[in-house]
Amino acid sequence: MAAEPLLAVEGLRVCFERAGGSIYAVNGVDFSVAPGETLGIVGESGSGKSVSVLSVLGLLRANGRVTGGTAKFMGKDLLKLRRRQLEDVRGRDIGMVFQDPMTSLNPTMRIGDQIMEAMLSHHYTSRKGAFERTLQLLEEVGIPDGRARFRNYPHEFSGGMRQRVMIAMAIACEPQLLIADEPTTALDVTVQVQILALLQKLQQRRRMSIILITHDFGVATNVCDRIIVMYAGKVMESAPLDDFLSRPAHPYTIGLRRSVIEVGDEGRELAAIPGMATVLTEPPRCCPFASRCSFAEDRCSDVLPELRPLGTEHFVACHRAEEVLSAVQARKPVGQEVVSRAG
Amino acid sequence: MAAITLSPRAAVSAQRRSSQAALAWRRYKRNKLAVFGAGGVAVFLVVGLIGPWVAPQGYQQSNFLYANQPPSLRFPFGTDGLGHDMLSQVLWSFRNAIEISFGATLVSFLIGVALGLWAGLRGGVVDMVVMRAVDFMYALPNFFLSLILVVTLGRGIFPILLAIGVVGWAGYARLIRGLVLGMRNGEMVEAARALGATQAHIARRYLLPNVTNSMLIALAFGIPFDLIAMGALSLFGLGPRPPLPSFGNMIAQAGANVLGYPWLLYFPAGIFAVILLSFLFVADGLQEALNPRGGS
Repeated sequence: MAAEPLLAVEGLRVCFERAGGSIYAVNGVDFSVAPGETLGIVGESGSGKSVSVLSVLGLLRANGRVTGGTAKFMGKDLLKLRRRQLEDVRGRDIGMVFQDPMTSLNPTMRIGDQIMEAMLSHHYTSRKGAFERTLQLLEEVGIPDGRARFRNYPHEFSGGMRQRVMIAMAIACEPQLLIADEPTTALDVTVQVQILALLQKLQQRRRMSIILITHDFGVATNVCDRIIVMYAGKVMESAPLDDFLSRPAHPYTIGLRRSVIEVGDEGRELAAIPGMATVLTEPPRCCPFASRCSFAEDRCSDVLPELRPLGTEHFVACHRAEEVLSAVQARKPVGQEVVSRAG
Repeated sequence: MAAITLSPRAAVSAQRRSSQAALAWRRYKRNKLAVFGAGGVAVFLVVGLIGPWVAPQGYQQSNFLYANQPPSLRFPFGTDGLGHDMLSQVLWSFRNAIEISFGATLVSFLIGVALGLWAGLRGGVVDMVVMRAVDFMYALPNFFLSLILVVTLGRGIFPILLAIGVVGWAGYARLIRGLVLGMRNGEMVEAARALGATQAHIARRYLLPNVTNSMLIALAFGIPFDLIAMGALSLFGLGPRPPLPSFGNMIAQAGANVLGYPWLLYFPAGIFAVILLSFLFVADGLQEALNPRGGS
């Protein structure tokens, strides 16, 4: 990754205010995306994966607040932009696709108008140009008979087709970066594959970067170049896909992997990670995963592990990463250790 | 072969026929009372428009020789103590009933939607202040306020509609604000923001179109209530200034000698009741047609 990153987030902290006190959702997260790269951000619900990306775009709910960090994008710090300037970036330089295409489209507008609107509100082209381009986009995202479908309302589409419409809207202004927040979670498995394939095709055509937020390892390992695992608002492990698959070094990563079936896994027991993600009423001061970790020892609940390099581009936040890694590579059934210690 | 092949154009028009408006109309038609109500409202509007021209007499025209006549062929609704032809009086009354009820509802509606939208979108202090104002308006007896306003503003058509309109906005504001709050943090608005839409744009293209159904229903319920308020003002002698006839005035005067000349009450009151019922049926039908999940 010698190239200048397209988006570089450093030391991001996000906090939510609520009646019972603050919730520390993101606690010092660094990540970056190179041009043309696909970055996967993986984690459980509540791990801060969506929040860390949404906060960069200023899309937090009213009670959410960015309390620190920078997000450099094309020479600008997105966290310091005014609302109007940020509105110009959103949709134009950074496109976004959401989880549920059933509720994300405006039911009162024809889908063609919605796609055109994405361009017109940014003065991307003329009205006529936007119309022509919408037909082109509909075809590109795999909606046949675009001229007729242009006039349809969202309720006349299936879930997968609506997600294609959302994607067309997101890429309408040729953004450099596409953020996809659980883009396939609400869809059937067969449709998921099609949507992922579509995203990859679009990316290759325009050398666009993608940040894919997902809780699904299968999705992440299928399309991403690099994967970040988040937990408790911190990055636990960050690795290129190959390292991630062959040399996972964080107990949480391994726990997540053991809890889903991958192809060729027939006959293996599924192992759940014991316990639940904690609610962060204060920023973690020790390893946030310690209480659920089978490798935990005394220092894990005393000292907060920093993200440290384990290979050239492989970073782990675990005191015992080397031991975890060697346990994996010795083909010891790491996951089973997790289970037996917990049981 | 050719018979079963749909041309693309035919396919499109088939799709267009299943648009939401068409679906709503199909659901509306199923409710017979609502269809009857729609007819009543249509008659109300038509008579309001042409009533003064088809009325056999002007509303000021009276003939003392024919005072207090019971219904007959010459005077289908009878005549009152001054020899006014009641049919003409009723026909003339439609116009100011429409003017005042529609006008007042529109005034309430515009104030309510503007404030509700503002409060729902801005939240925080704005929301607090607007909603406390709504609570305040709810706490006050609206009709009493209207009475005071008519006394101060006068008894013209416009002052009356204003007096009824400016006190009735609280319900609309609360409705719109609630709907906007429900959508403001929803995925649709989030997606729109993610594509760079501005606040004003979201309000105009996303929020307002998505509350049109609820607004239509609220309007249909609002009109009959403003009609009743208008009639009630007449009972206090604060309706449209005589000699302009109005339903409220006719009913108020007829009540005094209902035993002697009952037709003076029956015709205006009966027609007024049918108008009110028509609007309520329409509102009910709209509720079912536009909002099939909620409502009765």
